[in-house]
Amino acid sequence: MSSLLLLKGISAAPGLAMAPALVIDTRPLIISKKVITLSDVATEWNRLEDAISKSQHELSEIMEKTKQQVGEDEAAIFQAHIMLVSDPELIDKTKNEIKDNLVNAEYAFQKVSLEFIAMFDAMDDEYMRERALDVKDISKRVLRHLLNVQEADLSNLSEEVVLVGYDLTPSQIATMDKSKVVALITEIGGKTSHTAIMANSLEIAAVVGIKDVAAQIKSGDLLVVDGNSGEVIRSPDDSAIKKFNRQREHYQATIKSYESFKGVASKTPDGKLVKLLANVASLDELKTAIRNDAEGIGLFRTEFLYMNRLNSPSEEEQFQIYRQVLEQMKNRPVTIRTIDIGGDKEVEYLHLKKELNPFLGVRAIRLCMQRPELFITQLRAMFRASIYGKLKIMFPMISSLDELLEVKLIVERVKEELTQEKIKFDSQVAIGIMIEIPSAAIISDILAKHVDFFSIGTNDLIQYVVAVDRLNENLEYLYNPYNPAVLRLINLVIANAHKEGIEVGMCGSVAGKEEMIPLLLGMDLTEFSMSAGQILPARKIISSTNYKDAKKMASYVLSLSQAKEIETYLHHSQATSDLSSNLSPNLSPT
Amino acid sequence: MEKKVIILNDQGLHARPAGILVKAASQFKSAVEIKTDKKAANAKSLMSVMGLGLVKGSEITISATGEDEVTALETLVTLINSKFA
Repeated sequence: MSSLLLLKGISAAPGLAMAPALVIDTRPLIISKKVITLSDVATEWNRLEDAISKSQHELSEIMEKTKQQVGEDEAAIFQAHIMLVSDPELIDKTKNEIKDNLVNAEYAFQKVSLEFIAMFDAMDDEYMRERALDVKDISKRVLRHLLNVQEADLSNLSEEVVLVGYDLTPSQIATMDKSKVVALITEIGGKTSHTAIMANSLEIAAVVGIKDVAAQIKSGDLLVVDGNSGEVIRSPDDSAIKKFNRQREHYQATIKSYESFKGVASKTPDGKLVKLLANVASLDELKTAIRNDAEGIGLFRTEFLYMNRLNSPSEEEQFQIYRQVLEQMKNRPVTIRTIDIGGDKEVEYLHLKKELNPFLGVRAIRLCMQRPELFITQLRAMFRASIYGKLKIMFPMISSLDELLEVKLIVERVKEELTQEKIKFDSQVAIGIMIEIPSAAIISDILAKHVDFFSIGTNDLIQYVVAVDRLNENLEYLYNPYNPAVLRLINLVIANAHKEGIEVGMCGSVAGKEEMIPLLLGMDLTEFSMSAGQILPARKIISSTNYKDAKKMASYVLSLSQAKEIETYLHHSQATSDLSSNLSPNLSPT
Repeated sequence: MEKKVIILNDQGLHARPAGILVKAASQFKSAVEIKTDKKAANAKSLMSVMGLGLVKGSEITISATGEDEVTALETLVTLINSKFA
């Protein structure tokens, strides 16, 4: 049993949770070459056979479960995996490799499976190339057994757990059993990593940036996770557990105090009305958004529909999902963003070229323009769904007017096509763009003449303005929304939008930050889109912030010259307004 | 002993038909091979069989060596000619 240990990470999503750890290893497996002697050959052969038989067993179980829960067709893939893992050529070649070159089983197995993977990869047939994925998958399974690394089936957990990993992929988070995972802990990632974004949407606590997490936490260790402070306690003693229970009670009471903000308008005491919307990526999250009284969906991320599968979702499949989202939101506005794939979001079957700087590469709208078939399928699905609610379509990563006009041309073509096919759609669907590239922010006065709305994407805007990879933990101190350059750009974009009379919102993490809300209100932002769990706290802030004070605050902040000053000032303002709770907060600068 | 056959089914030796063929070959004690003019594959290995990349119209030679070679060869030839029905 491990003893009490306090681990400090970065707070990525609020919440308090206590449950046993489930450690899943998502690092690429590290296979080292070990030279063995002739007398070890038999042992290595046994280890190999043992790993193969464990893999076969595991796959039969998954196959059975899939058969019962999903269907025969879906289970067939695992039948193929069982045959691959039992393949006599694969096993014999590995055994020969062990014996002839006197190397350990995992090294030999890795070498042989890579040869098979290369063989499939080199084939002309698209279908056969995809088989390389199957071989990769089974090879990882066998190697995991050889290295004794556990993999849990996250979709069906029997008890509550805290999921712990070096990194968690968006698809792992998407497929995990959300009723049982109470918190997420990872080693890599910052405040805007996907773990953070998804944990916020799912309203579970998350702590990222815990050094050497696999060495510190073992599966089964009891963990107390404080997503608010970024602290994790391993194997808490009685007094730590008591303290946790007290804190949780207090936290739940705070959460409960937000209940009274359900069903009321997001309005300042002096009458300024704004809209608080939710960012979502799945139908699961949509429920959370509705429960938290979102006034609409400010960002529906569609890229997750493309992940964790073998091919792109069809027009019909997408249509059904978009339709459900629109129907469930019952005429409240829903902004669906076309795919933002590339950057840190990979989709294996699209065979995207590896790039040196993926964040500066072929991602989002750039990918769509290079693969018009992907883009057109998605646009058709969106327009078909448009008659079921109030749809707005948004394009990510627009960097110039030329690009925007080209995109709009395709939109017009899709609309014509649908008209010719006599398919009904709403011809008034609003078309908007994300402002997340500095070039777009700088010419937002020009772009505003060509769209119905802007949505400022701060996560990327900050990284591009400051030239900091937002996933780089060593540069987190520079990745900062308080940077005056960032704030000036945001202010410029909002002003330009109002000049042309178009709507302007924000869908980055900044929009939900409590200390930023009065400032953004003062800059005249009218739509704030955030994680569902942040909506009611945000409404509470709006309800107690006078618009005229917020205006003063904004002009004061814009006159400051250092991020540090701005951060201190904003946090100080927030703290004083917290203390004076229902009184009108004194936001004027001192 | 060996025999020449032509792949007749539309999908060629993709996963499902390849799986059926490998399963059928695996029940015999004889060593079974599939040869093209370029490569040869162990018919009991799904990876090797798929690795041949056989499409509709590919000409192959099936060979079997061992105590049950006659039945093995006959079974596999029938299977391919019946388009894996």
